Amino acid sequence: MQLPRYHRLRRSFYRLEGTRCNRCDRLFFPGRRICPDCRSQDVEPYQFRGRGTLYSFTNVQQPPRGFGSIGPYAVGMVRLEEGPLVTSQLTDVDGVDLVIGMEVEMVTRKIQDSSEHGYIVYGYKFRPLLTGAR
Amino acid sequence: MKTERAVGIVGYGAYVPRPRLPAKRIAETWLPSSSRPLPVREKSVPGIDEDTVTMSIEAARNALSRAAIDPSELRAVWVGTESKPYAVKPTSTIVAEAIGATPNVSAADMEFACKAGSEAMQTAVAYVGSGMADYALAIGMDAAQSKPGDALEYTAAAGGAAYVFGPADRALALVEASNSYVTDTPDFFRRQHMHYPEHGHRFTGEPAYFTHIQGATQEIMSELGREAADYRWAVFHQPNPKFVHRITKLLGFTPEQVKPGMVVEEVGNTYAGSSLLGLAAVLDVAAPGDRIFFCSYGSGAGSDAFSLVATERLISMRDAAPRVRQYLSHRYEIREYGHYLRHARKIRMH
Amino acid sequence: MRDVGIIGIGQVPISEHWDLCLRDLGALAALRALEDAGTDRADAIFVGNMLAGELSGQENLATLIADSAGFLPIEALRIEAACAAGGAAVRAAYTAVASGAHDFVLAIGVEKMTDHLTDGITSALATAADADYEAGHGVSFVALNALLMRRYMHEYGSTHEDFAAFSINSHENAVHNPNAMYRMPITAEDYATSTVVSDPITILDSAAICDGAAALLLCPMDQAAAFPRQTIEIAASTVATDTLGLAERPDPLHWGAIDVSSHHAYEQAGLAGPADIDLYEAHDAFTIVSALSLEAAGFARRGEGVTLAREGRIAPDGDVPMSTLGGLKGRGHPIGASGVYQVLEVVQQLRGEAGPTQVKNAKVGMAQSVGGSGSVAVTHILKN
Repeated sequence: MQLPRYHRLRRSFYRLEGTRCNRCDRLFFPGRRICPDCRSQDVEPYQFRGRGTLYSFTNVQQPPRGFGSIGPYAVGMVRLEEGPLVTSQLTDVDGVDLVIGMEVEMVTRKIQDSSEHGYIVYGYKFRPLLTGAR
Repeated sequence: MKTERAVGIVGYGAYVPRPRLPAKRIAETWLPSSSRPLPVREKSVPGIDEDTVTMSIEAARNALSRAAIDPSELRAVWVGTESKPYAVKPTSTIVAEAIGATPNVSAADMEFACKAGSEAMQTAVAYVGSGMADYALAIGMDAAQSKPGDALEYTAAAGGAAYVFGPADRALALVEASNSYVTDTPDFFRRQHMHYPEHGHRFTGEPAYFTHIQGATQEIMSELGREAADYRWAVFHQPNPKFVHRITKLLGFTPEQVKPGMVVEEVGNTYAGSSLLGLAAVLDVAAPGDRIFFCSYGSGAGSDAFSLVATERLISMRDAAPRVRQYLSHRYEIREYGHYLRHARKIRMH
Repeated sequence: MRDVGIIGIGQVPISEHWDLCLRDLGALAALRALEDAGTDRADAIFVGNMLAGELSGQENLATLIADSAGFLPIEALRIEAACAAGGAAVRAAYTAVASGAHDFVLAIGVEKMTDHLTDGITSALATAADADYEAGHGVSFVALNALLMRRYMHEYGSTHEDFAAFSINSHENAVHNPNAMYRMPITAEDYATSTVVSDPITILDSAAICDGAAALLLCPMDQAAAFPRQTIEIAASTVATDTLGLAERPDPLHWGAIDVSSHHAYEQAGLAGPADIDLYEAHDAFTIVSALSLEAAGFARRGEGVTLAREGRIAPDGDVPMSTLGGLKGRGHPIGASGVYQVLEVVQQLRGEAGPTQVKNAKVGMAQSVGGSGSVAVTHILKN
């Protein structure tokens, strides 16, 4: 991922920041600058809590270029408690039987250990909810 | 040393990565016929997608949950570590951005071997205590490096803790006093471009670990007019269980006082995270009014000592984040030394 | 708008073409289509291609192919719509002829994939997905389809085995297609024991990496009679779109782009609905796509796409024949070329030249090219 692009995405990558349309109240992740429902540009950043349930999951056995050093890895789609569905890597799942519907939470991890220019790409992933209160 | 304004720990948060490597996996690889007892049962290893940045972020989020403050109220984010992902580029700015503390915040990485985290704590206490800031975040975190087959490989672990310091009226534990004790002692070092640190073998004990912890402890005890028996709990830097048992005895503390903070058996030595993680484990169980003694050690060398008292607020905020025990039981055993080498990025591809 | 027909078809057998480069593949298919039509006239070419820039470092592809085929200085444009690029090129050629802008137009689909290793191709294919929020997280294209397949199995209680019939049918039909890549039948046992790529998707659920090119010559229906081959009329040509990100759809298992483009196409062709279609060349890049296509296009109710396959209804003698010459799975899926191969094969069927897998009395055929994970669907309905 190109450095300026990664920088532009950092808030959504690091902490799952999306947007909210102030006209129709719809929440978006990924954030959108223009609400596709009402075409309003009156949108503001919205911080998702990072909790959700697993909608589906699979494993990437043949990682795309740039992801080989962390592969193979699990990926999933997560239904956030605020509504949107997010596609993401899953982490801390070695030895875990993944089940659709299980509770998961967002953590910030390394997505790419080393891009072509040597920097590290950090971003959201989901892991099975840590047992106990939070 | 005491502050102008009363300061306390207003939030704390631990982090220990899930993968664990039993010490016997290392022994069977490097010393297959040895019957020497192993220093620890197992150690934590960063997941393949984890480093000091990611571990610091989770610990910081836990600390903020317990502090119950908006991240934008932080005026400092300091990460003490000897395993910076970048040789040049702050770990702390990535952490600050991820937790939502930017941009009106000071940020820096601190390096003082295993006491980098407590150095960050001293600085945060001073920042709040002087009135410069209401809240400052200090993190001690490491993904410790060790040469394959070296004695340190059995213990060099990953994890640490984060502390939000703030005004005393919001404290989970009050800071009564703190001090630092430092000399130039070459017991452990890593030069730029070296992958693994060098250590002074027997030299790391007497003139290094023991001398400095004793120095810092005696200084703060005499300042406060206290002795070991005045404390309910004590936490020391934990390179291995043997050193901790010995310093406990030397300073007149009892095994019961250090027990809740002893995480080294299960986690190993998390370097800059070690004593901070131990303190988090104590705060997980301390009762209001409990006096807690804390003393770190970092090679090079020095110690930071803190005298703390738990408050009522600790009880109500404790469950706002996972306890150290929860991280200890959140565990996945690495079954092959080769897998560990890959996880710990000890296989050089080019 | 003028009525448009197809008067010539040409293709290069799908394979790993060590000796053929991008420009030659495209030019060869184009010249074969002209030869089939018995003419050397082409007023414009539209080249469907997805990966030339990414895999061959070659943009400006249409001009290169026009040059390579000796067509200069005619209009030549490349059309990209991810994996639907081929269908989109047919659509572009259709609109050029229908509008009266040109009379004789070639729709060419070409893709050269095999110069790369798997990780490079995986990355290139992932450009069909959302680069920031899917590909940027290491979610490969096959993984997106695997996420859908697992969810499908979860919601409808189906099993991986239920999808076997799609793959078996494609391979069985490919055996008889001299231009197909995998001319060998597979068994249920082969399917069940196939290597997992992204669970539950196995190699036998997925179309393979290959090279290929195909071309069609289009002209106005009122000028078609002068040419030797039977003219096949394009009765409908439609395109519809959906979100690029799979997760951003209200229901990821309902492919709205296929729904909309199919139903517009039925209407445009004057059909009552899918029951009037004699064969359906769907975008069977993965078995799950076949099931979702059947459902969105209205051939099956939600969750029952697999039932049609299991009951043998997708065979050439069934009521919804699919992948009649192998489909993407059996014939091969040279990404941006596939959409042109699909229309070409419908032409073969409607001409009655499909050989052993000829659909009897085929009069109306539908070809559907899908880009991304259902984010763009191009549908063509042909009549003889």
